[in-house]
Amino acid sequence: MDLLSSPRLYAYTGGRAFDPQRPTVVFLHGAQNDHSAWILQSRYLAHHGYSVLALDLPGHVRSEGPALVSVEAIADRVAQALLASGAKRLMLVGHSMGSLISLELARRLPQRTAGVALIASAFPMRVSEALLAATRNDVPAALDMINVWSHSSSIAAFDRKPSNPGPGFSNAWQNLRLMQRIARRNGPAVLSTDFAACNAYADGIEAARALKCPALFVLGRQDLMTSPRSAQPLIEACTEASVVQIDGSGHALMSERPNELLAALRQFAARVFAAAPVAG
Amino acid sequence: MTARYPGFDTLALHAGQPPDPATGARAVPIYASASFVFEDSDHAAALFNMERAGHVYSRISNPTVAVLEERMAALETGVGAIATASGQAALHLAIVTLMGAGGHIVASRALYGGSHNLLAYTLARFGIETTFVDLRDLAAWRAAIRPATRLLFGETLGNPGLDVLDIPAVSHIAHDHGVPLLVDSTFTTPWLMKPFDHGADLIYHSATKFLGGHGVAIGGVLVDGGTFDWLASGKFPTLTEPYAGFHGMNFSEESTVAPFLLRARREGLRDFGACMSAHTAFLLLQGIETLPLRMQRHVDNTRTVVKFLSTHSAVEAVAYPELESHPDRVLAQRLLPRGCGAVFSFNLKGSRAAGRAFVEALRVFSHLANVGDAKSLVIHPASTTHFRVPDNELAAAGITQGTIRLSIGLEDPADLLDDLAQALKRAQKVG
Repeated sequence: MDLLSSPRLYAYTGGRAFDPQRPTVVFLHGAQNDHSAWILQSRYLAHHGYSVLALDLPGHVRSEGPALVSVEAIADRVAQALLASGAKRLMLVGHSMGSLISLELARRLPQRTAGVALIASAFPMRVSEALLAATRNDVPAALDMINVWSHSSSIAAFDRKPSNPGPGFSNAWQNLRLMQRIARRNGPAVLSTDFAACNAYADGIEAARALKCPALFVLGRQDLMTSPRSAQPLIEACTEASVVQIDGSGHALMSERPNELLAALRQFAARVFAAAPVAG
Repeated sequence: MTARYPGFDTLALHAGQPPDPATGARAVPIYASASFVFEDSDHAAALFNMERAGHVYSRISNPTVAVLEERMAALETGVGAIATASGQAALHLAIVTLMGAGGHIVASRALYGGSHNLLAYTLARFGIETTFVDLRDLAAWRAAIRPATRLLFGETLGNPGLDVLDIPAVSHIAHDHGVPLLVDSTFTTPWLMKPFDHGADLIYHSATKFLGGHGVAIGGVLVDGGTFDWLASGKFPTLTEPYAGFHGMNFSEESTVAPFLLRARREGLRDFGACMSAHTAFLLLQGIETLPLRMQRHVDNTRTVVKFLSTHSAVEAVAYPELESHPDRVLAQRLLPRGCGAVFSFNLKGSRAAGRAFVEALRVFSHLANVGDAKSLVIHPASTTHFRVPDNELAAAGITQGTIRLSIGLEDPADLLDDLAQALKRAQKVG
């Protein structure tokens, strides 16, 4: 569905019509990605009592306009969309760059946010020099680097069970093709814009301290992009944080360990929505 | 920290299969089970509704078959694959996922006979038309495209003259018109060529041939490159609009890069049912594990045989794209630097009887209707596959009375040359 028009802001609703009266799980993807990264988690929750809004962030695949240059600017736009949607009880789920956006969204919508789940998060979210250089000079090489480093090992990118979203699919090549599609459809600058937004974001600790709801950190033990250790400053800044580390997963938790991630999200959603009052 | 994908040889052995979590088996277990037990009712509903990944019923997916599918996707750099009962079933699945009655295909004229039959006769009966073009005539490809065209199709190496499909050029034409290019990559396998790197969007194989490599199982594999933007094309409502046959699912919303495979499995395998058995997948996987080693030997032996035949006094012509005389030599150097496969044709001097005598005299080569076996194979089209075809129509198809098709196997090349030499002598006597 379109949450906003001119420019269009798109959200996948998990195969069910969006109902703002239901508790709503908002999925925010990472750099050079889109809503389809969450296919199994979003579709399941949409059929188990929740409304789902899995966004394409501005300038990514179905959402129009340029990719926005800062985490704060993206959060402003998404907050506007969520207010327009009429959803009153929100659980924000962000992956990597999306986790930073979820922190800023919670600052903007404190009354509506019942919980924030930060998947493969880190602060500061610095991008390695080698990757930044490739992003500037050789986008295809940069996409290959991201693809390899997103998995717990190079062979794990090709032999994980279950494969995502089901038997017969290649986790590695789907991830690469999606990033290539975005580069072709939305332009080669999306990646550097997203990375610049991650690199420049400075308010993580303040935003985590300001959270008025529980936070869940789901981290891949073999994450080469955002190691579990690099999430520690955010975890310590939160008033109420729980941590789930998933073995056998790198950065791409949604595809490497879809069932374990879903289990963590289900448990968290049940807890925070049971505890959170309905906003006025 | 360097970023590197596993090499082709490693993927041929490992992709799609960690050691079996149930037993620790290192070899791929044969899951000979029609169905798979649900954990509970919620798990059952979630599997049926594509909310969870897993197996329900082996017509839709099977753990052993999935290893083959994921291995082939890995080797072809595709977003996924679907294994089918045969190569013909893979071609059928690709077409019916993209179009229905009223659809139109533009295809190379240099096709395997079975593919030609499906397109020219059978699908025409169901309202899907095909225009056949000379694969080297790029203007003809472009001119044949109509508003109803939904697919361009050719073989990486065409029958019978090993015509090389100019995939970069033909895919460019396809994409200019918002349609994908499907290629039959049976003769080349991903070891000789990766068609997605050159612009193809969909690939299928008769896995019976070089992938399996031992002539023991019939099967096919359809691979999606994930490169074609179905949404941007706007010509594929089966992939971009809600499907009443599966909970109103809009496949392109579910997956940005793999809606084709979602629909092909959830509709095509479900309804047409041309699935692969676990036993077959196991046999084909044994072949794929040694594909890199076998293909190198196939090509080496083929080059030896081609060299021998092309200078033999009983031979009129040899069609192999590495020869100076082949019209696609330059293109082959660009697209097929590792070699042009191990199936090729040559023309004997003399009559149809000479061809028959040659085939019957061979002792190492087996006379049968297949290619891509570890053992060397031969067939004489004029007296077998095309024996009812008048001479003028044979000529139009590039086949003469003396055309012989060879599939070069893995034997000692000296034994292959000896066998060919004595059979050629027999043919020369018949004249």
